[in-house]
This record gives sequence, C-alpha cells and structure tokens, in this order.
Amino acid sequence: MSSEVTPTSKPVKTTGLHIGAAEPGCRKVDPILIADAVTRTFGGLKAVDVDHVEIPRGAITALIGPNGAGKTTFFNLLTGFDKPDTGKWEFEGRSLAHVPAYRVARMGLIRTFQLTKALGLLSVLDNMKLGAKGQSGENLFRAVFPFLWRKQEEEIEAKAVELLTRFKLDAKQTDYAASLSGGQRKLLEMARALMSDPTLVMLDEPMAGVNPALTQSLLDHILDLKGQGMTVLFVEHDMHMVRHIADWVVVMAEGRIVAEGDPHTVMEDPAVIDAYLGAHHDADLGVTDTEHVEAIKELIDDEQ
Amino acid sequence: MIDWIQIFSNAAQELISPTTAAYALAALGLAIHFGYTGLLNFGQAGFMALGAYGYAISVLSFGLPVWAAVLVGIGASVVFALILGIPTLRLRADYLAIVTIAAAEILRLIFTTNTFEAVTGSAQGLNGYKGSFAALNPIPEGTYGFGPFQYNEYDWWLRIVGWIIVVLLALLTWLIMRSPWGRVIKGIREDEDAVRALGKNVYSYKMQSLILGGVYGTLAGMIFVLPRAVVPANYQTSLTFFVYAILLLGGAATILGPIIGSMIFWVLLSFFSGFISRAVEAGWLPFMTQVQAGQLRFILVGIAIMLIVIFRPQGIFGNKKELAFVK
Repeated sequence: MSSEVTPTSKPVKTTGLHIGAAEPGCRKVDPILIADAVTRTFGGLKAVDVDHVEIPRGAITALIGPNGAGKTTFFNLLTGFDKPDTGKWEFEGRSLAHVPAYRVARMGLIRTFQLTKALGLLSVLDNMKLGAKGQSGENLFRAVFPFLWRKQEEEIEAKAVELLTRFKLDAKQTDYAASLSGGQRKLLEMARALMSDPTLVMLDEPMAGVNPALTQSLLDHILDLKGQGMTVLFVEHDMHMVRHIADWVVVMAEGRIVAEGDPHTVMEDPAVIDAYLGAHHDADLGVTDTEHVEAIKELIDDEQ
Repeated sequence: MIDWIQIFSNAAQELISPTTAAYALAALGLAIHFGYTGLLNFGQAGFMALGAYGYAISVLSFGLPVWAAVLVGIGASVVFALILGIPTLRLRADYLAIVTIAAAEILRLIFTTNTFEAVTGSAQGLNGYKGSFAALNPIPEGTYGFGPFQYNEYDWWLRIVGWIIVVLLALLTWLIMRSPWGRVIKGIREDEDAVRALGKNVYSYKMQSLILGGVYGTLAGMIFVLPRAVVPANYQTSLTFFVYAILLLGGAATILGPIIGSMIFWVLLSFFSGFISRAVEAGWLPFMTQVQAGQLRFILVGIAIMLIVIFRPQGIFGNKKELAFVK
C-alpha cells in the first residue's frame, strides 16, 4: 500500500454495472468489451485462461492481480499486440479476432504501455500530433502537397496544445520527449492517447514509477476521462489508487479471473486474499510462505 | 616534384562528378531507410545494380527509349523492395539487415554468372547503352567550362541531369519528411509499437519507406553507369558500406548530409589517391610501391571518417541535441 494521497475531490463512483451476483465472469448491463474463452500459452505456461469477462461501459475498471497473473498479456491479446491460442473477444459488438493492432486502435480502443513509449527524438508536440486519427497528410502522395493537409494540421495542433495545457506539458512542447521525466512521459502518453478521441482507454500501470506529487494529477486525469464519457480499463498494483478511483475491479491470478466486484467488497473476497498472499497465508508458520522457507533452508544447506 | 595544382584540380572535379551525384542519391535513399525510418538496409548496392542493369538491358536487349528504360529500372527495384520487405518488415530490424545484404549479393552473382551472358554480359558487363541518353543532349558539341571544370558536351549533360535529379529528390525528401507522413516515419524509428498503438499501419509505412529509398538507389545506379560501363564487380557489399560511410559523415537523418557527405568523401578520396601516387613517384615514400599506394587512399579515407565519427558523431549536419539522449 502506498502513502496516503489526499483526493482533491471525492470521485463519483458509478454503480449498478452488473447483472446478478458479482462473481467472476458476471454479466454487465452495458458491456463495451467482451472476452470469451481467451487463452494464451507460452510453452507449457498458461499465461492467460479467461473463461468470460465483460468490461462495463462508461466506468473505470481496474484489472489487478499479483505479478505474473497475466494482466499485461491479457492487455496485449485484447489490443492485437499478441494473438491468443483460442477464444473470441469483441469490442462494441465487433469481433477483434485477427484484427491487427493498428485497426483495433482505429476502432477507438487505445492503449498505453507499462514501460512508457514516448517517441524520444520527436518533440512533445509531434508526439501529440502523431496520435490524431485520419490525417490526410499521412498518405505519401498527399504529403508532397502541404496545401492538402495544412488546415487539418492546424486543427490537430490546436487540439494538441489544448490537451498539453490540460496535462501541464505545454511549456515543454518544443522539447524532445526524451528530455521529459518518467512521470511526464506517462502524462504525455496518456495525452497522446486522447488525441484520437478513443472510446475505451486501456492504461497499463499508469502509476508505475510516478512520484507521489504527480500521482494525484494523474488520478484526476483518469477520473476526467470518465467524466468525458470514455471507458477506462487499467492495470495497477497500487491498491489505494484502485480503491480511490475504480468503479469495478477484476482480479486475475495465474491467468484466470478469480474475482470481480466493486473495489470495497472485492478486497475482502477470500479468493483475492489467497491470490495475493497464498492460500495458506493465515496458517501460523512464523513466516508467510512455506516454499520460500524451504528454499532458503536448502540454500543454507548447500552453503555448508 | 609534386604537381599540387594537378592534385587539387583533380580533387575539385569530384565535387560535381556524376559519381558523386550517384553516391549522394544512394545515400539519400539510405537516409530515408536508416536515418528516418530506422530500417537497416544493407543492400543498397543491390538497388543500384538493378538501376544499372535495368537501364542497360532495357536499352541494349529491348531497344527501349530512355524514359522506358528508367521506368523498367524503377519497376525492378519496387519488386525487389517488395520481395525483401514482405517477409522481413514484420520482424525485428536485424532480419532486414541480413536479408538485404544476402539479396544484394544474390543479385550481383546472378548478373555475374555465365548462364545469362547474352543479356548481362557476365563478368565483362555491358557497354554501349549511352547513345539514346546522349541523343537527348541539347548542348552543342564542344568543350566548355572554367578552371578545373573543363568538359565536353556529354559530360556536362550528364552532370546537369545527375545533379538536377539529386536536387529534385532532396527537395522531395525535405517536403515529405516535414509532413505528417514523415512524422509517422520518424515515430516508427523511435518505437514502432507505440506508433502501432496509435492506429498507424506500421508495416505499410515501412514498406513505403523501403520502396522509396530503394528507388533513390536505383536512380543512383543509373547515374553511376552513365559515365562508365556496367560491371558487376562494382556492386559488391563494400559499395553499400561506402554509401553508409557517406551517410554517417553527413548526418543520418538529414537532407543535406548525404549530398555534402558524398562530395567530401570523393574529394578526399581523389586528393589522397593523387597525393600518394605522386608522393611515391617523387620518392617520398620509398617503402611503398604504386600498387600499395592505390590501397592506402582507402585507409586514409577510413581514418578521416573515423575522426569525424569520433569527434562529430552526429555527422556534419546532424543535430547535436539528438545525441544527448542516445538510448
């Protein structure tokens, strides 16, 4: 758990998202993204094995789980950056199977990366402009004639500057993105994702490596996305943040969805506690993890 | 004694020689590939060979006019780029490097083999394809020029056409690199997954870049063979590396870099070759024969390029700031 962050405003939680009991794979009133029997194996390891999951529209959904639970792999599968072995998944009713990543993005499903991918040797402004959709000047033949795309370019630039101002990066717009700090790069990546007016924003660990002073502003920006009618799905380890902004939480462990629910009840779910702390965490052994103890014992034996 | 005026005037001639123009153009193509898109094309010699042979064979074997011969060469290099790009551009950058270096060698060996001697002239190469190009020359017969730049009408015609092509394509490159298309291309160089996540068809952009830079190489190959004969031995891998040397000398992601880099490269090469061979003649280097002297110039050019890369790693026109953030 991270240090306490005082929220600037109490976020308004969206409720009534699901139909029936809040159990793994439960149906949603208005799902934007549905995944069915999606599996992905790496060699012998089943990294992702999701029976059924629906992501509610217009809400902030957190995808949590211990390290190695398959969250990022699941992200990659949903966004076309990796291909699942089986299963079908759809976004706004359209199947995403065999759709390449760039088409997924054009459909309005924009993602960011765990390790930020700021385009270092492009200026901050150029990074932003690259995010805009449907640019006619991106066609090689039209690129030769600036009068064909100059007007659109000006509109894109105005929009980029406006977004940069909102993210407080406007003073940096002519600098190389490589000169930004880690937290500023996270902000830039999020701002860049918004250039295309996405309907679903998928953030992979938006808080990783961000200093606490910037955390609050990032949180506000994420809440802002919901305010503007976007759906957000994010992976995060910071439970405080999850409780603070998420309307719905999906918990993954060992590739499977083990629990779903609103952030306060899901944290008390025994399946979640097991996933994070191990099934025998309350058996009193003096140390929480028996395997580690044995491993350490063996190591000590080897040393002697 | 050494005839310094002769050495300097020979070196100065390289400034505007068609070979310099050809290398500048080939390096400009590589700037698109490597400098802007981040594609490691080690087969620029192959694209140049396609231009040279495409033009010469079209004229000699099929009797095509100049414009059609140029189009044949361009068509051949587009097909070549597609063959190289389709299997490799989805993979990591180093695969393209391996495939291009091998494919360029395959092309050279096909042009060298005796099987197709009737068309390619095998190791002797091809000759006598310059007539139709010379016939287009509007300059009346005679010798023109000033100082060291004294040429006949064909040589001037060749230089004018060659450098006009270089200038036009440099302008074109400048135009497209400051357009949104160029922005996507530079984004791909930085991180193609990020660009893909923003909804750009990265594969298609890389293919466009490979084809465009390859066509530059092809046109360079045509300019290269107009003052000489087509000889397959000219298209060895070392040709690609000379073009890379020129590119790095001038600055990889620049427009003027390849052009000025090519001028510096050829002027230096000519100066060293003239100086060393005269110095051996004059007995300044008693331990060296004329044959050894011919090789020494490449060593000296290599040292000169090393010095530039060490003390000015961004190249002559490159942006120093870019190097502050080397990944």
